[in-house]
Amino acid sequence: MTTTVAQLKRGQKGIIKEFADGVLPVKLMEMGCLPGNEIELIQVAPLKDPIYINCNGTHIAIRRSVASLIELEIIEDSPL
Amino acid sequence: MSKQIKVALIGNPNTGKTSVFNQLTGLKQKVGNYPGITVEKKEGICKLPRGVKAHILDLPGTYSLNTTSLDESVVVELLLNKNDKDFPDVAVVISDVENLKRNLLLFTQIKDLKIPAILVINMADRMVRKGISLDIDLLEEKLNTKIALVSTRKGTGIDRVKELIADYKNLSVEPNINTTVIAPEYFDKLKSTFPNEDLYKLWLVITQDVNFMPIEKNPIEIPASFKTKSKSELKRLQQKETILRYQFINGILKQAYKVDLNAAKGLRATLDKILTHKVFGYLIFFVILLTIFQAIYDWSSYPMDFIDELFASGSEWIKNTLPPGGFTDLIAEGILAGIGGVVIFIPQIAFLFLFISLLEESGYMSRVVFLMDRLMRPFGLSGKSVVPLISGTACAIPAIMATRTIENWKERLITILVTPFTTCSARLPVYLIIIALVIPDGNFLGFSYKALTLMLLYLIGFGAAIFSAMILNKIMKIKTKTFFVMEMPNYKLPLLKNVAYTVLEKTKSFVIGAGKIILAISIILWFLGSNGYSDDFYNAETIVKQKIEKEGFTNFNVEAIRSSLNSYKETLHDSIARNGAIFDKEAIADSLKAKEIILRQKAVNQEIASYKLENSYMGIAGKAIAPIVHPLGYDWKIGIAVLTSFAAREVFVGTLATIYSVGSDEEDTIKNRMAAEIDPVTKKPLFNLASGISLLLFYAFAMQCMSTLAIVKRETNTWKWPAAQLVFMSLFAYIVALIAYQILK
Repeated sequence: MTTTVAQLKRGQKGIIKEFADGVLPVKLMEMGCLPGNEIELIQVAPLKDPIYINCNGTHIAIRRSVASLIELEIIEDSPL
Repeated sequence: MSKQIKVALIGNPNTGKTSVFNQLTGLKQKVGNYPGITVEKKEGICKLPRGVKAHILDLPGTYSLNTTSLDESVVVELLLNKNDKDFPDVAVVISDVENLKRNLLLFTQIKDLKIPAILVINMADRMVRKGISLDIDLLEEKLNTKIALVSTRKGTGIDRVKELIADYKNLSVEPNINTTVIAPEYFDKLKSTFPNEDLYKLWLVITQDVNFMPIEKNPIEIPASFKTKSKSELKRLQQKETILRYQFINGILKQAYKVDLNAAKGLRATLDKILTHKVFGYLIFFVILLTIFQAIYDWSSYPMDFIDELFASGSEWIKNTLPPGGFTDLIAEGILAGIGGVVIFIPQIAFLFLFISLLEESGYMSRVVFLMDRLMRPFGLSGKSVVPLISGTACAIPAIMATRTIENWKERLITILVTPFTTCSARLPVYLIIIALVIPDGNFLGFSYKALTLMLLYLIGFGAAIFSAMILNKIMKIKTKTFFVMEMPNYKLPLLKNVAYTVLEKTKSFVIGAGKIILAISIILWFLGSNGYSDDFYNAETIVKQKIEKEGFTNFNVEAIRSSLNSYKETLHDSIARNGAIFDKEAIADSLKAKEIILRQKAVNQEIASYKLENSYMGIAGKAIAPIVHPLGYDWKIGIAVLTSFAAREVFVGTLATIYSVGSDEEDTIKNRMAAEIDPVTKKPLFNLASGISLLLFYAFAMQCMSTLAIVKRETNTWKWPAAQLVFMSLFAYIVALIAYQILK
């Protein structure tokens, strides 16, 4: 089973894996969501959607549907 | 005359681009629209060293030159079109020191278009606190540009920007990155097909509509013979390009940009924790909303009353000063009343934009969008629809303009279509007067019935918006593939200057934009109401005078004269008693008689005006629609008021005032006059619970605002949607009002 950003817990971090071309919106990549970059889940909105992430220093909100397209490798558990 | 340097300010959203613009141009700025679309175009003049002047154009914020929204496409269209009169001599790219990496993506794209580009690194005042150090010389060398380190908050670095602009001819136009490596074969083919065009520019033209449909024609026609790639292939290449650019940028920043990670993370995390909390987040949002409502309804009533009085007395003054005649009437009753009808909304609009710009500047608005997105989605709306729906309670016009930030077209369209259901401030005067008339006194759990009715009307409006959004979401077959991606900017203390400029600008654009329409309609209404073709109209004076001689005044006027005579008598007695003077019965009788003559004359004039109106073009139109409005419980007079309200709802009270010839717009007298109106058939008051509720519901749902229709047309670029709004909303209003009246009757 693959891990995606949608499965991160609050405070958890991961490194984006290589992803298939053309799946993610270009805008997301422009914001810095590129393979090899770190993503941290900062906050989850009520009803679990959208989620608020810090990707490579850029703070963005994305919907869960998009988040589940970004595969990653979890690097550390929440320090909290 | 010396030639002005044409400068374009370009940058990511939330980098303080507007602050730089304000500091460069001061008050010498002009806000307009790009032709055909409602993307704001801000221009200004800036004085440079050595007597040179620059024309500064503030382009909409964009993350890259790959367009995904209307705002962004404006930027790309301009940069790709060398023949555009605004094509810049030099581009000033604004970046934020904390997000330099992301900001540089756009910079390298502009550089690759071979446009001379200056890099402004803003928010330099945050560097120490955030532990950031920069090697400017190295950055300048690697990016092949000139850099200005600016803090708009502290006002430093702007002079350097001006120097660099004046000196733009010395900037290098060498591109940063060779994009062709992402698909060498493809670019070779492009080059042989278009030997005279710049390759990167061609690439942008080709990929422009991959994510977004441009409104204007591309500046370069691609011949059908040239086989381009499929959309998904192009998209893949765009991603490759993005990765290539980030590789280049990362390479540079590794050497020139250092962040001490131990520096304070602080405030942002704490604020986020509270403001997006699942309980406190909503609570805070609710309190802020309440404050905004309070400001719009309560605080703005003082300046509004003042404006109202000012125009009423101005109109009176003109009537008394200028020689009587058609021209004076036109100025006093048509034009001045029309301008007054626009100016009266300034306090509310200003308050609304004050709050919206405070919330946006501080970074809070993104948190609201974050909180609301999931809740709005089942209705086909986006978290970004919340701002328009809230703004709609003041006025649908700016609210519909505010939908521009929604990048998903379907969500944006639904938001535009349902926003007019929210209770705008123009409905308020109608609601207030009808509620005062038909809703009984008394209270429920300490809240008066009247206040509860008003609140219910707001809820009905909001409910109708949500409900129709849900239906539209089900029936509209628009496929969209744009994704919700929203930056969560850092919290900032709003810059007072920026807020003030925004309020000033938006208010000005409302007054000029919507004002023109309201003014035109007031003049037309005045004309229709004060002209006619029948003998009845021209001989109104004689007919009415004869009628009064024969039958006396109408019951209402008899009553009105008696009551005002009585109160006059009392004040006379009071003042005599206060001054200790002796009662002179004869003198009192004389002055009472004089007063009565004045009152009677006034009543005659009012009845003449009323009779004239009845036989004017407007009266004839009103009688023509009487059969249509009768099932709703309205007579022809209310019918006219409803009809004129299709121009703008707020004319309802004014129209009734004219029809009932109460002479002044003073609410209390109109109310009394309306209460005295008797249905000729049933012999009961015309404004009763049934007809009142029917009217309230009609105004809650009907699409009665020309300005809104005009703005919807502009935003959707077709008459289809505003026409649909007009027909469906008004039909729905009619049916609901009909049912309500027939049940309650």
